[in-house]
Amino acid sequence: MSLPATKSDVVVAGPFKPRPATVVPLAAQPRRFDLRGLAVKVAQSVLPPIVVLAILLGLWQIAFSDPNSSLPPPSEVWAQSRDLIVSPFFENGDQDIGLGWRVLVSLERVAYGFGLAAIVGVLVGALIGQSIWAMRGLDPIFQVLRTVPPLAWLPLSLAAFLDSRPSAIFVIFITSIWPVIINTAVGIRNIPQDYRNVALVLRLNHVEYFFKIMVPAAAPYIFSGLKIGVGLSWLAIVAAEMLTGGVGIGFFIWDAWNSSRLTDIIVALVYIGLVGFMLDKLVSFLGALVTRGTSSN
Amino acid sequence: MSAYLKLDHIGKTFTRGSASTEVLRDIRLTIDKGEYVSIIGHSGCGKSTLLNLVAGLTQVSQGAVLLENQEVNSPGPDRAVVFQNHSLLPWLTVYENVNLAVSKVFAGRKTKAERHDWIMENLTLVQMAHATDKRPSEISGGMKQRVGIARALAMEPKILLLDEPFGALDALTRAHLQDQMMEIHARLGNTIIMITHDVDEAVLLSDRIVMMTNGPAATIGEVLDVPLERPRNRIALASDRTYLKCREAVLKFLYERHRFVEAAE
Ligand SMILES: Nc1ncnc2c1ncn2[C@@H]1O[C@H](COP(=O)(O)OP(=O)(O)OP(=O)(O)O)[C@@H](O)[C@H]1O
Ligand SMILES: [Mg+2]
Repeated sequence: MSLPATKSDVVVAGPFKPRPATVVPLAAQPRRFDLRGLAVKVAQSVLPPIVVLAILLGLWQIAFSDPNSSLPPPSEVWAQSRDLIVSPFFENGDQDIGLGWRVLVSLERVAYGFGLAAIVGVLVGALIGQSIWAMRGLDPIFQVLRTVPPLAWLPLSLAAFLDSRPSAIFVIFITSIWPVIINTAVGIRNIPQDYRNVALVLRLNHVEYFFKIMVPAAAPYIFSGLKIGVGLSWLAIVAAEMLTGGVGIGFFIWDAWNSSRLTDIIVALVYIGLVGFMLDKLVSFLGALVTRGTSSN
Repeated sequence: MSAYLKLDHIGKTFTRGSASTEVLRDIRLTIDKGEYVSIIGHSGCGKSTLLNLVAGLTQVSQGAVLLENQEVNSPGPDRAVVFQNHSLLPWLTVYENVNLAVSKVFAGRKTKAERHDWIMENLTLVQMAHATDKRPSEISGGMKQRVGIARALAMEPKILLLDEPFGALDALTRAHLQDQMMEIHARLGNTIIMITHDVDEAVLLSDRIVMMTNGPAATIGEVLDVPLERPRNRIALASDRTYLKCREAVLKFLYERHRFVEAAE
């Protein structure tokens, strides 16, 4: 596999190698080439999704342009839900607000629920990861609980908290905590003996060991758990809000369905997808920032 | 006269379930303050195990480790270890790696400015002051090993324990670091125990060479005094009679009397 790659490298690199005889033209050439390369790179990553999106919208338009079709085509979405698309942050009264506001309300709940899950999950994972017996005893239980769908927790949660707001937050918490616990525990188990020995020789106490060795050493694992967790949180909040009400984006969908505003639902779906995507990227970015250097030795 | 470090009839048996292996048996050794002692022996005979016992990272099965007549059985910064594979923390810079040790060991004893000076002094000692902000992944193997040594020295240990500190390095870098180690030893007068595979390294650096028999149940086969004047120069010593004699004695021990037996069960 490596042989053909090297070969093609040589072929591509050859013509651009500066030769001493032709100093003047070649001095400028690499830069121009780089700019073009950058443009090509951007086009390569941006153009395909745009083209595919255009094709999909076109197909959708054709498939549902019949007036008797059950779902609205893109043109109708634009015609009926334009205010939702173009201005995310309008406010015309208590329930008539932009989707941006609704997303923010949902994000606030996610922040509470997921934030709590992250803190508790890392602490519990760190405790479990240090004991082989805790790991053996608890891991199967967590693996089972992990598969319980978010909404299945909701009735219990409502019964326990008697209020929809903490219930929704609890559902997020309980949905997203498992991958954080499991990944943290695995990360702690995988801390090399060398790092433990360093801590032992220095006589680090538990708190110092936790912050100076355990968390940074397990950070790559912890962040992969957080990344799964934040995705689950976002799944859970939309589902939970559909049932608990309020002003979140989940309830908006439910409300739109009850008043047959299908185009609004489609716009909301796009919002949810984009926000979920951004949450995922945000956690990945934080992870890359924090674990700089950790994974490479 | 009481020794600085005393290994008093030490034995170590590892047990896992019903199976148990006796790795070390009846190790007796006394080391004086400021001495440079090498431990040499074939792979797997228990050198690292012995070093870990002195470090307190492993518990002895029989006997005791006495440092200044006090029994030691838990690890501490008074017995700093330079591990076989440097074991720097990859998420910390060179400076931060040394700082982790310094800020822990000298907490309350040195001010922040004094600690900074102390860190820089030790990094300068191993000629790594130019790379304070680099991470371990950005420096070479020899540089990592030097930072590991700086970290250990910065703890101001009573005994410095080196587990094949230059084992993974190329011959040139190794020679360079050996010279630096001799210089540091001359300047600071540390008590050092060094594990090595390399006969020349052992003779060049040590006051005494401890030769271990093959396992299982390895023990000290012979202790050789190296009566060479310091400072030592590797080129001058290359044809020195005493040097060659010491070298021969170690080689004879390792390759005639205690030849490495593959799969000695
Ligand atoms: N934790 C342990 N449990 C069981 N056996 C062990 C343990 N640690 C070491 N041993 C055994 O003790 C013996 C000596 O190991 P040790 O690592 O001390 O050898 P060494 O002399 O340092 O070898 P090398 O030169 O290759 O580093 C080996 O046979 C090894 O299998
Ligand atoms: Mg070893």
